[in-house]
Amino acid sequence: MSRPRPALAALTRARVLEFIREPEAVFWVFAFPIIMAVVLGFAFREKGPEKVSVGVVGAGAAGPLAGHPLRSPVLKTTSYATLEDGLQALRTGKIALLVENEDPLIYHFDPTRPDARLARLEVDDAIQRAAGRNDPVPFKEVEMHDKGSRYIDFLLPGILGLNLMGTGIWGIGFGIVNARLKKTLKLMTATPMRRSDFLLAQILSRLFFLLLEIAAILAFGVLAFGVPIRGSLVLLLAAALLGSLSFAGLGLLVAARAKTIEAASGLMNLVMVPMWLLSGVFFSADRFPNAAQPLIRALPLTALNDALRAVMLEGRGAAAIVVQAAILAAWGIASFAVALKIFRWQ
Amino acid sequence: MSENTAKAVSVAPAILCRGLKKHFGEVRAVDGLDLEIRPGECFGLLGPNGAGKTTTIEILEGLTPPDAGEVTILGRHWGEHERELRARLGVSLQETRFSEKLTVFEMLDLFRSLYPRGRDPELLLRDLSLEEKRDARIGKLSGGQRQRLAVACALAGDPEILFLDEPTTGLDPQSRLQLWEKFETFRAAGRTVLLTTHYMEEAERLCDRVAVVDHGKIIAQGTPAELVAGLHAPHIVEFASEPALSAEDLKALPGVGDCRKRDDRWFVGVASLVDAVPALLARLDRGGAKLLSLSTHRATLEDVFISLTGRELRDE
Repeated sequence: MSRPRPALAALTRARVLEFIREPEAVFWVFAFPIIMAVVLGFAFREKGPEKVSVGVVGAGAAGPLAGHPLRSPVLKTTSYATLEDGLQALRTGKIALLVENEDPLIYHFDPTRPDARLARLEVDDAIQRAAGRNDPVPFKEVEMHDKGSRYIDFLLPGILGLNLMGTGIWGIGFGIVNARLKKTLKLMTATPMRRSDFLLAQILSRLFFLLLEIAAILAFGVLAFGVPIRGSLVLLLAAALLGSLSFAGLGLLVAARAKTIEAASGLMNLVMVPMWLLSGVFFSADRFPNAAQPLIRALPLTALNDALRAVMLEGRGAAAIVVQAAILAAWGIASFAVALKIFRWQ
Repeated sequence: MSENTAKAVSVAPAILCRGLKKHFGEVRAVDGLDLEIRPGECFGLLGPNGAGKTTTIEILEGLTPPDAGEVTILGRHWGEHERELRARLGVSLQETRFSEKLTVFEMLDLFRSLYPRGRDPELLLRDLSLEEKRDARIGKLSGGQRQRLAVACALAGDPEILFLDEPTTGLDPQSRLQLWEKFETFRAAGRTVLLTTHYMEEAERLCDRVAVVDHGKIIAQGTPAELVAGLHAPHIVEFASEPALSAEDLKALPGVGDCRKRDDRWFVGVASLVDAVPALLARLDRGGAKLLSLSTHRATLEDVFISLTGRELRDE
């Protein structure tokens, strides 16, 4: 014997079951963002200080370098037997600078190359110190290894925002257009079901996945790349929730009238592709001209990305993301209201 | 309508519509249609594809608003009592493809949850012979099983009226027979059924009354027996001869109605077998023709339709 469930809970449950039994959908929601983060994270990963390659000719018992071998953590030294070999390596870019062990020392380098100028300073510094130079002004070095300023740190909140947009618009849009195509939508309107229950169930089923989605992406970022979460986790979840609701509204709007999957896909791309580019997912939206900034800042994905980064990377509080929250809420409410009004049930 | 007079309720029609019209662009799908269906009756809308059956039933189901005309269901109107009506009706659409990812039970349970009261899904599964498929994904069901599930979903709210739009189209004879039995059970419980079909056998077996629909209008209405008896040539003589007779030859015989030829066989409607058959045999004899086969049967709804429209029901 089974007990009848309230309609909203039953509709939500059915939508969740439908979704998790669709392997492709699960891939796009969970695997895709992580794969994207892995690929981009490795492509732009931090590789300690870069070493500069330099060459030495005539390193032996004689000359100024005798007894003062070139030692520096930032130099990678190669010895060449003849001047000709060394110059050849310099010309082909294998080394940035060639040191001729004569008295005086001769530095061969191209001053227009930044790495060559760096090599010139590093080599000279190493040699002069080894030879006993004392710096007249004393100093102390403090090394910064700041997590949160790397590309992956910038990227991860963007990918989270992008994924919330994609799954919101795509998940809800396709679900609805499919139900309309298969006429289950029409059949359900022939029952006493409240129409708002149906739409609400679509959104609630998204929220169910939202938590898993955020957990998967954040856990990956923290564990694999050590991306920091400086602000409150609750505030971060709240921002993601608001963003997700906003995109759910857009998803409903996109699917409100579409009669075919093709029409819906076209509309979804029309909505999503500009935000992929403009909303600061892969690079900062600040790079676009000032004149375009008000428009770009008003896009829901920009607002969500800004809010996620402010909380995650800068550890800001709720007060700092009020504007973004307002933008997201406005998009969500407006699109839900319009969708409800123009929705095609048959 | 007042509900405190039980008598008024019992005689009020379950479904009543007057002057129903609906056009899509230039096409008049429904063109002035009146119906009165009594409670406990199984009523059939019979007609070829494109006759306006689906548009009519969807207007009655409250899914399509009519351009003109009035609909009263169980004494209620769609505009004012939509939710109440929906809870009392069960609908099976002509073509619903349920989500293939859900199981039979999950789908039925979902539909049950949409109604304020209704039947236990487990019992419905048993009634529609779907218990063995309870936990099977809908994507794995056969056409007949899917259609039975659609009917089970329509019955989930324990409706007073069941709307069935071409419920057995495309099914094999065995699945069709199985569904007919389910409808008869529902009907035997005193509930009302409105179904559309272009299968004569279906209408003849299930329906207390049928309305023949063509071009959005009802062109005949009554019990199947009445409609057949209304033909002035209610017997069909089916024969083949060598050489074949012409239509003119047949028209000269006594009491002949519609004649049609399929392959080499003539189907001749006659008023009286005792008059027509001897005359036919005499005519063949006179012409020196050899009778290859001869049989007779009572006219069916198919013959009624042909007599009314000059077309066959499934000739498209």
